[in-house]
Amino acid sequence: MQSKLGLDFKRVEHARDLSGKIAAEVQKFVDNYTTVAVERTLCRLMGIDGVDSNEVPLPNIVVDELKEKGVLNQGALYFLGNAMAATGLTPQQVAEGISDGTIDITRVAAQDREKIDSVLAPVIEESINRIRKRRMRREEYLNTIGEGPKPYLYVIVATGNIYEDVVQAEAAARQGADIIAVIRTTGQSLLDYVPFGATTEGFGGTFATQENFRIMRSALDKVGEEVGRYIRLCNYCSGLCMPEIAVMGAFEGLDVMLNDALYGILFRDINMQRTLVDQFFSRAINSFAGVIINTGEDNYLTTADAYEEAHTVLASDFINEQLALLAGLPPAQMGLGHAFEMDPELENGFLYELAQAQMTREIFPDAPLKYMPPTKFMTGNIFRGHIQDALFNIVGIWTNQGIQLLGMPTEAIHTPFMADRYLSIENAKYIFSTMKGLGNEVEFKEGGIIKSRAKEVLENSILLLEKIENEGLFLALEKGLFGDVKRARTGGKGLSGVVGKGDNYVNPFIKIMLGGK
Amino acid sequence: MSGGLYSMQSKEFDKTLDLEKVKPYGDTMNDGKVQLSFTLPVPMGDEAIEAAKQLIRQMGFENPQVVYYKELTPGFTFFNCYGSTIHTVNFSNIYVPKVESGKMDMHETDDYIREQIGRPLVIVGASTGTDAHTVGIDAIMNMKGYAGHYGLERYEMIDAYNLGSQVPNEEFIAKAIELGADALLVSQTVTQKDVHIKNLVELVELMEAEGLRDKLILVCGGPRLSHELAKELGYDAGFGMNSYADDVASYISQEFVRRLSVKKNKI
Repeated sequence: MQSKLGLDFKRVEHARDLSGKIAAEVQKFVDNYTTVAVERTLCRLMGIDGVDSNEVPLPNIVVDELKEKGVLNQGALYFLGNAMAATGLTPQQVAEGISDGTIDITRVAAQDREKIDSVLAPVIEESINRIRKRRMRREEYLNTIGEGPKPYLYVIVATGNIYEDVVQAEAAARQGADIIAVIRTTGQSLLDYVPFGATTEGFGGTFATQENFRIMRSALDKVGEEVGRYIRLCNYCSGLCMPEIAVMGAFEGLDVMLNDALYGILFRDINMQRTLVDQFFSRAINSFAGVIINTGEDNYLTTADAYEEAHTVLASDFINEQLALLAGLPPAQMGLGHAFEMDPELENGFLYELAQAQMTREIFPDAPLKYMPPTKFMTGNIFRGHIQDALFNIVGIWTNQGIQLLGMPTEAIHTPFMADRYLSIENAKYIFSTMKGLGNEVEFKEGGIIKSRAKEVLENSILLLEKIENEGLFLALEKGLFGDVKRARTGGKGLSGVVGKGDNYVNPFIKIMLGGK
Repeated sequence: MSGGLYSMQSKEFDKTLDLEKVKPYGDTMNDGKVQLSFTLPVPMGDEAIEAAKQLIRQMGFENPQVVYYKELTPGFTFFNCYGSTIHTVNFSNIYVPKVESGKMDMHETDDYIREQIGRPLVIVGASTGTDAHTVGIDAIMNMKGYAGHYGLERYEMIDAYNLGSQVPNEEFIAKAIELGADALLVSQTVTQKDVHIKNLVELVELMEAEGLRDKLILVCGGPRLSHELAKELGYDAGFGMNSYADDVASYISQEFVRRLSVKKNKI
């Protein structure tokens, strides 16, 4: 590809090599560990669902039992398979037996390995087919009613009540939205379980539950048929339940998932070992389910300065890309993140934003980049905010971004009203139409601000990647190289849910899911 | 959409400014002009427009004008409107409780603490409860600060500890004791369903239960908070929009010195 910015692609390759090495180091660690969230995910993949009389999800009951008995390192599948082989029960029946105290899963007589594998195989097959079918259903829709042009218009709904969210989402789809993200209730990322059933109470968002996913997916299918455009549904594979949310999304036909390798560590203070193990399995599932992942680099710029720290965003994009490749995600499913967050007072700030957006586009040509709107400098002046969002939209269409997270004039005031979303969609549609071909017409001046800025950011990100490659990602996180946030290797939430894999440990899903379709 | 925008008719209102009867100003004193936008859950049509106008009248506006409307989705119509309010406000007897401290810049505050207190003040901040937003606490505390106002971490005479987001109130208090805090800063960004009120009140109650409330200066801040609300909830001060680290630092240092002198006087 001809670079409009005159980027040196040998330098880009160098950055990729460095990131590849960083990711490979991380993967060496990941391969030897499992977590309570990974094991609960395996329970769900075995068809275990539902809650007990205290609202505790059955996957938690099974995994907590194994953890208490100190045998989680052998993995849930081994014990489930063993109990199934010995008793002839289904995984769900085994889980219910553990719940009501009639089965002690750790004291069932040990069965032959072959017998265990043979009872697990059909359940695994069924589960894989369930996900495959869901993926085909999306592809069928895309082949028949089609989709909107890129950049996709992405808006959030966040009423706290899934049924009210549906009303908002339908309105947004009719106005032109391509992706509906149901923001999660504040604090869900720190729950070490996924709540069950339809929910109508949340703060700043709505609980991610499998039933809520189903309700929204079914509403979007209907409105998609009405408007003649497939409407994608987005949720959040982040926090302490990354892979569990991924598998629920895979079952219910979610299309986009926030799924960053580092976000939880930096911004939710989740232990880094926990998140790195969880991100791998969640991404393997998302890859297999055809889900586009979004990464969260934009968040760095809410704590760090967008001009000075632009290279940390690019460096993180490189690392996220390499970790995603290891989890089987093709570039077409990588919504790598960046953001329009420069101080509006900064002279020529728009030029720098343009340079960085174009640079990101050229470095990741096949990724549907996720471009985040201004948030940090949105003030409550809704009128100026609407202009900031317009400038953001101009960069979006000019540099051919993949997923445009529409800014709302009322950012920093409240979660969007129905009318806020309408104004934002109208803003984006107007600009995307009136400036559609601008990117193909305009070249940048040799030695000018834009070309120089792109080079500078790339070179700075290479310096950072060299440092991280030298020290390892864990140490880099401890030193606060991303988003000015420092995290200890053994600090944060969720470390007690990480265990090394034992001799009997199996997770056949990884191999199947990384094997492609 | 006729009716006034370019009307040549003479307006009848009195054009002198009377601070006892203040009205909004569009382009002429006392014209009372207000812009409104809202959505009604009704289908678009003449009835919807009439409904919007009647609603505006009930809100106390004369000459209601619907200048734009659009059905957002079947059954929901969005309006942009103007009207002239009939209400006035007596500006001459307004009283707003405020943080009463002189504002000093970073160097002045550092000098003030050095001279009056003689040791650095320990300030511990967090976005507490389920609130995941660090934007506010970072703007006040981070070295870099916000909009050209250096954050508390940069102050020589302040030991600032930013605990980040989603810090449970119990943990916040434990950390405050451990660090020997002189003042606590609580940031609250999410306000949906008044979750911030519940959270702020819980902290005060916990501190009272621990017998700590009077020993520390307790300050809250956030885009939807005011000093008045903060006082009501049992805080010493509250900082809303357009407050920066210098406002917070000036207040805390001066309040600390004031309390020192009260103690001395008692002795």
